[in-house]
Amino acid sequence: MRIFRELPRWREERKGQVRDLKLSIYTLSRSPLSVIGFFLVLFFFLIALIGPWIITYPQDITGAVHMDQRLRSPSLAHPFGTDEVGRDIYSRVVIGTRLSLQIGLIIIFVAMGIGVPLGILAGYMGGWVNNLVMRITDIFLSVPGLLLALAIVGALGPGIKNAMIALSIVWWPGYVRLVQGKTLSLREEPFVEAARSIGASRFRIIFKHILPNCTSPIIVKASMDMGMAILFAANLGFIGVGAQPPEPEWGAMISVGRNYLPDRWWMATFPGLAILVTVLGFNLLGDGLRDVLDPQSRGQIR
Amino acid sequence: MVITILGLSVIVFVVSRVAPGDPAKLAAGPDATEEMVEVIRKEFGLDQPLVIQYFKYMKGLIQGDFGRSIRTRHLVWNDIKTYLPATFELVFTSITFAIFFGILFGILSSVYRDLWIDHILRFFTVTGVAIPMFWLGIMLQLLLAAKFHLLPLGGRLDTMVNPPTLITRFFLIDSLITGNWLVFKNAFVHILLPAFVLSFPALASITRINRAEMLEVLHKDFVLNEKAQGISDGLIIYKYALKNTLIPTLTMIGLRYGWMLGGTILVETVFNWPGIGNYAVGAAVYSDFQPVMGVTIILGLNFMIANLLVDIGYGFLDPRVRYE
Amino acid sequence: MKPILEIKDLQIEFDTFEGISHVLDGIHLSLEKGDTLGLVGETGCGKSITAKAILRLLLTPPAHIVSGEILFQGENLLNKSEEEMKEIRGRQIAMVFQDPMTFLNPVFTIEEQLVDVILAQGRKNGSGNREKRLDRNQALHIAIELLREVKIPEPEFRIKSYPHEFSGGMRQRVLIAMALSRSPQILIADEPTTALDVTIQAQILRLMDELVQKHGHSVLLISHDLGVVARVCKRIAVMYAGNIVENCSTVQLFKRPLHPYTQGLLNSILTFSKREETAQGIKGMIPDLIQPPSGCRFHPRCLSMMDICQKEKPPMIEFEAGHWVSCHLFKK
Repeated sequence: MRIFRELPRWREERKGQVRDLKLSIYTLSRSPLSVIGFFLVLFFFLIALIGPWIITYPQDITGAVHMDQRLRSPSLAHPFGTDEVGRDIYSRVVIGTRLSLQIGLIIIFVAMGIGVPLGILAGYMGGWVNNLVMRITDIFLSVPGLLLALAIVGALGPGIKNAMIALSIVWWPGYVRLVQGKTLSLREEPFVEAARSIGASRFRIIFKHILPNCTSPIIVKASMDMGMAILFAANLGFIGVGAQPPEPEWGAMISVGRNYLPDRWWMATFPGLAILVTVLGFNLLGDGLRDVLDPQSRGQIR
Repeated sequence: MVITILGLSVIVFVVSRVAPGDPAKLAAGPDATEEMVEVIRKEFGLDQPLVIQYFKYMKGLIQGDFGRSIRTRHLVWNDIKTYLPATFELVFTSITFAIFFGILFGILSSVYRDLWIDHILRFFTVTGVAIPMFWLGIMLQLLLAAKFHLLPLGGRLDTMVNPPTLITRFFLIDSLITGNWLVFKNAFVHILLPAFVLSFPALASITRINRAEMLEVLHKDFVLNEKAQGISDGLIIYKYALKNTLIPTLTMIGLRYGWMLGGTILVETVFNWPGIGNYAVGAAVYSDFQPVMGVTIILGLNFMIANLLVDIGYGFLDPRVRYE
Repeated sequence: MKPILEIKDLQIEFDTFEGISHVLDGIHLSLEKGDTLGLVGETGCGKSITAKAILRLLLTPPAHIVSGEILFQGENLLNKSEEEMKEIRGRQIAMVFQDPMTFLNPVFTIEEQLVDVILAQGRKNGSGNREKRLDRNQALHIAIELLREVKIPEPEFRIKSYPHEFSGGMRQRVLIAMALSRSPQILIADEPTTALDVTIQAQILRLMDELVQKHGHSVLLISHDLGVVARVCKRIAVMYAGNIVENCSTVQLFKRPLHPYTQGLLNSILTFSKREETAQGIKGMIPDLIQPPSGCRFHPRCLSMMDICQKEKPPMIEFEAGHWVSCHLFKK
């Protein structure tokens, strides 16, 4: 009952936000590349969602072996051809979408889950806490990402779980840096000082004032990182330390397909195209979102 | 910087040891008996407490001892010495290519804004970062090497060709110095594809940021003044405007160099390039962590040096920075 | 005597987000050889655009030169090719800009920038002589002498500095030196003192005065500050919303301002003799040039507005010798 009474006031309060949203959508739509990116990402999520329903050979995802149909070139029955044990590559690529989505989301969310709180902690507390956190972050950032991931996976052993752990470890420092910087500058803002002066608790300040202002750059970074995380996972899969065959991960599929070049070109080509289109979509979307949400950071990278 | 390296080594070490999986068992092979595995474990000091292992490792590191590879049985340091020049030759060639053409394309794209050349370049900058490096390598291998036989499939030289007398260990340079034209040509065609593939994302990013910066600078007041004073367009673009764009571009170059060091793992694998990337991958798949750690530290160090150079570069480029 | 620079009926439009802005509404200006003409008006009246149009420095789009002529020594600059304009810029007609902080390249030394300007080769310099091919050393000497002439102390050492190491007044001097480096026939100064402190302003104006007297340049000085213009110029043109409303000698302007806008401008200036009176502004605001007022663009703010002012744009007439005004109050 209370909800209905509150509705008009709620609508008033949100009016500004609704207008902002409309403006954001309008700005986003003006850049054709961003629109393309948006639809690509949408397409990606859609495929991931309805994957199991649109594949033609569900049993081929793992395990099934049809030696009599091995290494067939693309045809109507098998639009992407078949692989070395006769599995339909199209089905595997489509399910690979789902797998990549899971991988990407897990990596990004774990990275955010560690990085954002740490960043706020460092930025807000300042002093030795800040120094310690940033020092540790710098250590992780001193090594190129893929190398660090390789080192960690090399130690933990091959496998998709370990690859995800490794990549999360590679990714969280980026979020710490982003959030710490933002928190640091927000801390000096007049409205934060005002809140402090009237006795607002630390938690309240963080959750009500600092966190909401961080969301824009975080969203921008996350959308660009999704593509990169999926790419890195595929990189590791290709090397052989990520997802292992017979899992339908794109990188692993290319790694296997490589052995059958140049004649059986389809095995390596289609999964690669899938990676390209997916990462492209997230990159374009991320760019567009950045222009909308966080235009000042145009000059910065990562 | 020293602290950073120390911290790095701690982290990698901790992770490697905390992990499941038994390197000794792996090294011994599937048919090994318990005693054989124990012997190997003792040989590599894997039976001692973690902390002692770490200190022994660090002690060794400082003396240049990176341990021994379980797989190749060589000292990691020696393995690295063997494979490092190949990687550096590849990486340096790639980054030079990426910097030169990245800046050039960035300028062209900005000066001829919205014309067809700009659109083509922008298409490549956008896809260049998204394309999987190893896939690009494979596709190019497929097309150029396998189908059309224009370029070799991999390796640094054809198997029949002997490497040049080793001075710098860079085949390209050494063959030039010794006047060995045949080897130079051979080394050149072999490095062409890998270097191109490795440089592709960097090329895309550098072009992109240089373009954006050029567009901004070309609208600045001092450019208007220079034009009003009669300075030629060429001088304005390639000298006066360009220098102003180089600082953000330099930042991007530093960043991309790091990604390139990581990407060399992939490119070396695809093209059978005998560098430390390939070496590290072989070790990682085998759970042979000493080499992986060694390679990570070496390349990490290299990256830090590169960042230092970038910082020094800032001072050269912008006189206002020098007084800070 | 044919004027060295003559602008006839120049109309310029600008594409903006909200529509087409009619920034110049057919202006007429003429500058005699050796003369100093001041162009005065509020911010946004089109003075800077006029200056940039002369040197064809406007970006077209978003600017469009709709009609008119800009005659330099009898030749229409608007018809010239970009190659020909490059000959003229910096050599025959030179420009001094305002706000020197952003007009000098921050990552190059003064020496570098000055020398490159001097070396920028052309076929003729301002005096019509064939330019000799100079080498860097010779150019350096010329540059140092130029800095000496604009009264920068110890020019041999100062020349190696970067722009951010100079004060505002010194940077302005460098810009002046740059503009004068090849003895141009016409010097256009676009708000050269606006970004400077008042005391420095006086110094710079004195310097410009001396240089002009010494070298005999023809000068077009643009400013929103009537005092600045009056100091240096013998003739003044008053500009409002893309139109020249009054054009006369400095003496005539102060003794007998005709156009209501000019009178308003003069009344807005506080002088010591008028200490008891309060400064009067001009009522209203600068018009929107996308939908400019009909007829005389000043009519909404004019205290003497008549019916005809809304309907017809007043023609430019010579009310007394050398005193031109564009206002329906005055008939030939």
